[in-house]
Amino acid sequence: MALDRISQCFSACRDENRAALGIFISAGDPNPETSEELLLGLPDAGADFVELGMPFSDPMADGPVIQAASLRAIKAGMTLDKVLKMAARFRHRHPDVPLILMGYYNPVYIYGVDQFLDDAMTAGVDGLIMVDLPPEEDDELCLPATEKGMAFIRLITPTTNDKRLPTVIHNASGFVYYVSITGITGTGSASADSIANAMARIRKASDLPAVVGFGIKDADDVREAGRHADGVVVGSAVVSIIAEHCDANGKAEPDTARKALDLVKQLKTGTPR
Amino acid sequence: MNEHKPNTLRDQPDEHGRFGIHGGRFVAETLMPLILSVEEAWKTSKSDPDFAAEMEYYRKHYIGRPSPLFFASRLTEHFGGAKLYFKRDELNHTGAHKINNVLGQALLAKRMGKTKIIAETGAGQHGVASATACALFGMECEVFMGEEDVRRQKPNVDRMRLLGAKVHPVTSGTGTLKDAMNEALRYWVTNAETHFYIIGTAAGPHPYPAMVRDFQSIIGVEAKEQILEAEGRLPDAIVACIGGGSNALGLFHPFLDDKEVEIYGVEAAGHGIETGEHAASLKGGKPGVLHGNRTYLLQDDHGQIKDAYSISAGLDYPGIGPEHAWLHEIGRVNYVNATDQEALEYFALCSRLEGIIPALEPAHALAFISTMIGKMDKDQIVIMNMCGRGDKDLEAVLPILEKQGKL
Repeated sequence: MALDRISQCFSACRDENRAALGIFISAGDPNPETSEELLLGLPDAGADFVELGMPFSDPMADGPVIQAASLRAIKAGMTLDKVLKMAARFRHRHPDVPLILMGYYNPVYIYGVDQFLDDAMTAGVDGLIMVDLPPEEDDELCLPATEKGMAFIRLITPTTNDKRLPTVIHNASGFVYYVSITGITGTGSASADSIANAMARIRKASDLPAVVGFGIKDADDVREAGRHADGVVVGSAVVSIIAEHCDANGKAEPDTARKALDLVKQLKTGTPR
Repeated sequence: MNEHKPNTLRDQPDEHGRFGIHGGRFVAETLMPLILSVEEAWKTSKSDPDFAAEMEYYRKHYIGRPSPLFFASRLTEHFGGAKLYFKRDELNHTGAHKINNVLGQALLAKRMGKTKIIAETGAGQHGVASATACALFGMECEVFMGEEDVRRQKPNVDRMRLLGAKVHPVTSGTGTLKDAMNEALRYWVTNAETHFYIIGTAAGPHPYPAMVRDFQSIIGVEAKEQILEAEGRLPDAIVACIGGGSNALGLFHPFLDDKEVEIYGVEAAGHGIETGEHAASLKGGKPGVLHGNRTYLLQDDHGQIKDAYSISAGLDYPGIGPEHAWLHEIGRVNYVNATDQEALEYFALCSRLEGIIPALEPAHALAFISTMIGKMDKDQIVIMNMCGRGDKDLEAVLPILEKQGKL
């Protein structure tokens, strides 16, 4: 079922000749209420799928924007347990929109892998992106997740060479996520050529839909990347709006979620091919 | 392949970099190809006589090895029990054991054709050692250091700059060693193709924990030879302080299979384990995944990492090398701890009685020794790793000792 929602999403977008738009937000940022308002509003603003960040104290692959978002969320009391409850409410409101949890392994490990997978399946989560679980550690979470029907979405980077690509794709499911820059989230941006080349390489190695993320911040970037990829993910640009409209204690201005959703609407205009 | 040695504790980790359940390679995909190439280069170099000869040359003529094994007679008399020896790694060039590892990794980087080095540092000792090796080999050096530590450890920051390194003050998170490591890893993710990351302790993704241990094992190898020469037998106990645990593993590893040798690792108890303000990951933490490896971590019930605390910036880290986590679980090493206050007391006493100003880190080891050595027989032997000198700590320590009337 989880895999169905993902594949239906990408095939619907393909039929409409547009890139699927994925939006990343950090769960609980800057406070649970604002975050939930934003999360629940994402599909109507144009998100085809959602990546919900599970906040971690030490996000080693994230740039300053997502780091700060994670810390705001943790400070506002966000825990993995509450992320799963948010996910369940999202699923109740949006039965067909793929929901992916993204984050680092330690909070999941501490929650307990089996318990986490059961609770995430029950909540209606479709897939996982775990930044610090490369294929070498597939026994930890990837294989147990796949066994339960949860997609395990693999990150492919510019440093993933041809020799390694089959290893990375081997146990991947749902879709694959091309990290378009050698770097952390929200920094730099890749050239259209390098994205096109990478997509050609990935398509040769896998039939899974391929999305592009990291360094994509406006409708033009979406249009450019979306010409080559099945989907495009925007994170830091959306999260930046939250940062600009909240204080140090995570108190948000009344229309913070709406402003972030306005950006999503703009991003959406870049998706047609 | 290693020959099968069923009775040895010295053939860890397995091919996946695991020490029992600990260790592993928990890193972003961007870094994986690089980590695999470091592993490959290390495997080749380890058995290459040319590499060994190069290491030997720099150990002897640059670091100043072998470091002496010194009988601390006045402390022995003071404690009134077993004989206490210091393995004097504080006499190394740059004043601590850190250089043993840094030179090895820098030579490996050179072999891999990398000329740009990344390092993280807390107190600045590993940063200074890295900056030193980079000056020696004509490499660029980028050191990541918590903003707070940059302020507290200004002399070391100045040293690094003089040696030609660029020091990046880290403001993310809480600006401590763990954040410096996060930032170093982020920088590495961004510069994976060009840079080599010299990790300062026996932690991080495989092969770092094993590689750092192997470079530091010279400490234990020498100590074993030296005690056999001085006393004609192995020691009854060996003791070292533990932050990430590289100096300790360096001393311990060559003795792991000598069952008659008791081994003690001393964690920093800060204000006391019961206060929650400490850096004792084994005593006060539980297994988790951070900075590329599974090991014991200070963390809350939700898996968020907590800040460590110790007066010693070199022990102020919320994790511990994965091999220690394993040695703890199989019971081969006894992990104990000492508080700030206890360490301060023996910082002062060692200076007065032996004319050796210890770093705050080994002062923790000496503080623990004071609790057990008096109960041992006079013909028994204890070796402690004096892994660093205390000059760097004077600014932090003197005002406290003065206030306590101990100067």
